[in-house]
Amino acid sequence: MNLLARSWIADSLEGLGRIALLAKEAVGSLFRWKVAWSDLIYQIYFMGVKSQSVILITGAFTGMVLGAQTYFQFHKVRMDTATLAVVSVSMCSELGPVLTGLMVAGRVGAAIAAEIGTMRVTEQIDALRTLATHPVDYLVVPRLLAAHIVLPLLTVEAICLGIGAAYVVGVFLLGIDATYSWYNMLKYTDVADVAVGIIKAFIYGGLVALIGCYKGLHCGEGAEGVGRATTESVVASSISILIANFFLTMLLNELLGGV
Amino acid sequence: MIEVRHLNKSFGSNRILEDVNFSIAKGESIVIIGRSGGGKSVLLKHLIGLLKPDSGQVLVDQEDITAMNERELLRVRRRFGMLFQNAALFDSLTVAENVAFAFRRNREMSRKEIEEKVADVLDLVDLPGTQNKKPAELSGGMRKRVGLARAIIYRPEILLYDEPTTGLDPIVADSIDQLMLRIRDRLKATSVVVTHDMRSARRVGQRILLLHNRRIYASGTPDEIFGSTDPVVRKFIDGVSDQKEDFF
Ligand SMILES: Nc1ncnc2c1ncn2[C@@H]1O[C@H](COP(=O)(O)OP(=O)(O)OP(=O)(O)O)[C@@H](O)[C@H]1O
Ligand SMILES: [Mg+2]
Repeated sequence: MNLLARSWIADSLEGLGRIALLAKEAVGSLFRWKVAWSDLIYQIYFMGVKSQSVILITGAFTGMVLGAQTYFQFHKVRMDTATLAVVSVSMCSELGPVLTGLMVAGRVGAAIAAEIGTMRVTEQIDALRTLATHPVDYLVVPRLLAAHIVLPLLTVEAICLGIGAAYVVGVFLLGIDATYSWYNMLKYTDVADVAVGIIKAFIYGGLVALIGCYKGLHCGEGAEGVGRATTESVVASSISILIANFFLTMLLNELLGGV
Repeated sequence: MIEVRHLNKSFGSNRILEDVNFSIAKGESIVIIGRSGGGKSVLLKHLIGLLKPDSGQVLVDQEDITAMNERELLRVRRRFGMLFQNAALFDSLTVAENVAFAFRRNREMSRKEIEEKVADVLDLVDLPGTQNKKPAELSGGMRKRVGLARAIIYRPEILLYDEPTTGLDPIVADSIDQLMLRIRDRLKATSVVVTHDMRSARRVGQRILLLHNRRIYASGTPDEIFGSTDPVVRKFIDGVSDQKEDFF
């Protein structure tokens, strides 16, 4: 048991070290700028456009549920018009980035791990290396950059949709006063809340892409290896988003003050 | 040009290569033969730094490539072209994009020049007009020839071919043999060919190495090898197998 625990810890530490090395290599490559624009744009398209349906549904329904639930509680103490403010603050700083991150981890992170993993088991990565192309330059950096760009955009989209949906539910379904709601929302939502959301999304984008690439590049043999790399990448990036979220909330609260 | 010194490699407890030594002169063409699963592909991957040996060195123009990191290796690999046993085409790219991959970040060549080059090389491997196909639409033999086109288009100094004619019909196999000879003679390229095709080995090789029991068992000109009286060599080139106990 002791031995098992120790090897588990050693494995996790080794994995973390390898991811750190991959990140270092990616940053180095970024400064050399070996990325082709077309690759970057294709990745942005792939991640952004193909995640639309997921983000639409997640953003809208989360906003609606949040709006309704907040109203049910606030209605008891006659604070109906604060509903939208609560929805807006929590969507901006927590739910928007986290839910978008989780959705993209499932949608994009898995695709990255499967694609790169398949390339590894079919020797395409080796072929890349013989053609004097560094796999990090060609595969990792475009995906990493694209995720850093796309995730904040998707998050903003999810936040807007969420607030919009909550507004519709609150005003048209539950009969909250529209003007006061809107006024309160603008009053209590700080620029800092929006900034927190966007900073978080930027970081989660990097996490998802980096973990997906890492799992793909180090994937085991055969179809089984690719399958495992895919699941592991989704699990690992989801968990790291949830853990990172706590630390980011505390840190950004320190930095930006009174969120 | 290439020198292999005391190369050892094992995967886990499975020893593949043991104290392998040989050297290849500039412009020479070497054929490596040996049993299936004997470690020929593994040896070839060491020559271009895709695999790191457990011990021993691979020198390319006196530079030890086993000590280099991946970035330093990129510079050395520009001089190499490699055809993989399974072709290893990029399956998300078309044939033309695969073949032109080496020119992907080349700013000096116009798109038209690259297109012309691709068409020329595809002609050389008997696959004209396949530019817009995806690798999945091609047969195994066609894929292998696209892999060959991708490796030779940038005229590397050193070419590594892993079973270039396996799975091809005799006519195409013959044209690939001739292509390899032309590349050797016209471009003065150094080539290393792994093959099971004895006819091809005899035509293409200036020297033949037999990999047997993890070591270079025999080495010599095609005439020496094909005229050898050593039982191991004879058995291999005549294609005689050991009698198995009756199962059927
Ligand atoms: N990545 C790897 N991991 C573990 N074992 C490997 C790996 N690559 C090759 N081997 C083992 O090395 C041995 C030699 O393999 P290799 O592919 O070099 O054979 P080969 O001589 O090219 O055979 P063939 O003529 O059939 O292509 C095999 O027994 C194989 O199991
Ligand atoms: Mg082989």
